[in-house]
Amino acid sequence: MNPLSVVVRTGCDLFAWFMVVFGVNVLVHGYMTPGGGFQGGAIIATFTAFLLVAYGGRKLLGWANEKIFDLFEEVGLLAFFFLAFMGFPVTFFYNYLVKPLAAGGVVPPAGTTALMSIAVGLEVSGALSMVILTMYRGIRMFETAPMEEEIGHDR
Amino acid sequence: MKKMIFVVAALLLGAMVVGAVDNAHPFGFPGKTPMDDFFLADALPNRSTENIVTAIVFDYRGFDTIGEAAVLFTALCAISVLFREGGRKR
Repeated sequence: MNPLSVVVRTGCDLFAWFMVVFGVNVLVHGYMTPGGGFQGGAIIATFTAFLLVAYGGRKLLGWANEKIFDLFEEVGLLAFFFLAFMGFPVTFFYNYLVKPLAAGGVVPPAGTTALMSIAVGLEVSGALSMVILTMYRGIRMFETAPMEEEIGHDR
Repeated sequence: MKKMIFVVAALLLGAMVVGAVDNAHPFGFPGKTPMDDFFLADALPNRSTENIVTAIVFDYRGFDTIGEAAVLFTALCAISVLFREGGRKR
């Protein structure tokens, strides 16, 4: 994909980081506001899609480090499984960190519900970003023309 | 003959759909509520979760969420294999 016009790129500069912060906000507060891990992760993954559409694929592949997205995915999935297995003396998925509603502390009173929401958000954001990058590279693989003569979706 | 069978089957299916919709409970008044009542009464005091949907997804039905995460992981694996570079040349 070719880069879009300067208007779109400026809009991307303004809103891309906002989407990341908003996604983190959604997944961190998943236990008390509408949203949660899957939704927040999907919002974070729009960051990659924003960059791909606005700046073009060649720049995005230069910027993005796929190992980080891979790490996000694996760490999120393993943390999710680990939190689920930690409740095993009682049951699988036992909420062993739950506290009364008024109690304070670093971990929210919802316990594993809040932590699992963050873990799933990491997993989903990494997985969707990897899907975008991998599919873009797969499309480029079948093109014989050099990148300069590529026909973008906007031209 | 075939057309007649099709018409009869379509009419029968339409009648069944109309009957099912007609017999459905009104919106907001489910037929059997013990499970819903348990979730609504238990999520806030015992699990400290204001968002009851999240309490169900990550706590009561967490096993289902593991399946969803596995689906996403499997999709990523399949896409990586499908779009891999190298391999046999055409």
